Amino acid sequence: MAFFRPRVPIGALEYSRRWSLRLIFLVTLVFLYAPIVTLIAFSFNDSRRNIVWKGFTLKYYERALQNDELLLAFANSLTIAFFSTLISVILGAMVALLLWRFRFPLKAPLEGAMALPIVIPEICMGVAMLAFFARVGWPAGLPWPLNLSSITIAHISFSFPFVAMIVRARLVSFNRELEEAAKDLGASEWEALRDVIIPHMRPGLIAGALLAFTLSLDDFVITFFTSGPETVTFPIKVYSMVRFSVTPEVNAASTVLIVITVCLTALAMWYQNRLAAKEKGTGK
Amino acid sequence: MESWRRNPLFFWIVGLPPTLWLVLFFLVPLGLIWLFSFSDKRGIIDIELTWTLANYARSLEWLYLEIFLKSFWMAGATTVIALLVGFPIAFAISFAPPKAKPWLLLLIILPFWTNLLIRTYALIAVLRSRGFVNFGLEWLWDQGNWVLSLAGLGGYQLLGERFEPLELLYNNFAVVFGLVYVFLPFMVLPLYAALDRLDRSYIEASLDLGAGQLRSFFSVVVPMAKAGVVSGVIITFIPALGSFLQSDLLGGPDSQIIANVIERQFKSANDWPYGAALSFILMYLTFFALALRAVLSRGNRDAEGL
Repeated sequence: MAFFRPRVPIGALEYSRRWSLRLIFLVTLVFLYAPIVTLIAFSFNDSRRNIVWKGFTLKYYERALQNDELLLAFANSLTIAFFSTLISVILGAMVALLLWRFRFPLKAPLEGAMALPIVIPEICMGVAMLAFFARVGWPAGLPWPLNLSSITIAHISFSFPFVAMIVRARLVSFNRELEEAAKDLGASEWEALRDVIIPHMRPGLIAGALLAFTLSLDDFVITFFTSGPETVTFPIKVYSMVRFSVTPEVNAASTVLIVITVCLTALAMWYQNRLAAKEKGTGK
Repeated sequence: MESWRRNPLFFWIVGLPPTLWLVLFFLVPLGLIWLFSFSDKRGIIDIELTWTLANYARSLEWLYLEIFLKSFWMAGATTVIALLVGFPIAFAISFAPPKAKPWLLLLIILPFWTNLLIRTYALIAVLRSRGFVNFGLEWLWDQGNWVLSLAGLGGYQLLGERFEPLELLYNNFAVVFGLVYVFLPFMVLPLYAALDRLDRSYIEASLDLGAGQLRSFFSVVVPMAKAGVVSGVIITFIPALGSFLQSDLLGGPDSQIIANVIERQFKSANDWPYGAALSFILMYLTFFALALRAVLSRGNRDAEGL
């Protein structure tokens, strides 16, 4: 088996060249990817029962495009994600500035409370939102898009702490002397914020926005408890289709969502990497 | 960092809106659920705060205690399997060439970017009785028969008369499989973080002093990666314990875990106080696990003399 014999003998610490570890890695990759690849492949399969490959077709994408309920759910999801992202970024940036800049009483409890939406089980937050909106008598049956407000509020509550975390990490690298220099040169507090601090925060804001958008678009559990029959989002619609029957349309719809979220996340990572490389280059 | 008194206007403008939002749209809902958990159900929608402990006491009934135990069992099994699979993966990545590391890590995280619901749904096509695992097994069965017939044993039907597909879906196995599938990255990332900064000269020293690879692994690598193991175990165990979709979509009638019971109390069974008590038990367990992690990681830091 000359094919498997490495040209250079494996060193004691060269674990990544050992076939046993490579095999485990490979099997895990198959385990992780096979289901998703199958799901995507079978959205192009020309067979209703979708058990064996019958040939390539795009008809399930067409059918998904003609499914008004699915399209409405998709529009709802995008609307919610848009507003949720907008407000989450503003609130998250405020939290980041607050915690980065100031010492104040009760700071530690506030930091702890801000981490809560990230750590508590999703189902607890979901039922809390359900109970809250039912108890305060949040108006139902409002015209679109106001009927999406309760879901949007719930999404903001779990997104903005994530944005705050990212933006705060970015602010750590800010050189406060720049702000002092701006003020010495006559800038007011707000001018210094607008022209010096916010430009420095921008990459964090963009990464935070992309994360907030993806979180909102992807969320199932919390939306499941806050949505009503009138306010169906894309994941909720997919869920009800899955419960009803496993059809290629679900695969087509899922594939669209996978492509969107993977692209957005890749964009966020690419942007951050490019920025890091640029700053290294200019020696900032 | 400056005192808030130096710039109170800026402090309030930046601090007030997010704090109000958090209080109003997060802490108040949680507080409401907390109050519900001590309330009595008086009608279809009437709930009266009586500071009763009956809802918590009900969780100790055998029927529900069993569900708790099953949830722990499933989350525990998921965590152990994820640790056994995740450790070699994290180990292999941390010893890969520096250029390959981010790509290998990305390969493990990438599925994590796709929707949780979709990833769970994707498993149905793999595990069902006319799914790919069973197709693979059937193919092996055919090949096995072919080999047997070559050996002249074809007539004895040693592998059974015909292929019986395994029932892989709609049972507890499928739920644990789904949980491992979904939460594996949670385990790999902290393990990788711990293994990547491990001082390799210790492993070399151990090998030089005559310990074998296995012995070095268990008495040098594993103890040094303890902090990563603790982190990985806790951040895999918590979401697995509170998970809802995997047992809902992949489980059978006896795969109900805490989250499914909570969902039922809030939707079809309409017993909010009891559902609220269950949610809070889940929250207390989460806090306990996080506190445990904080204590363990502090102990670790002391031991390292940092």
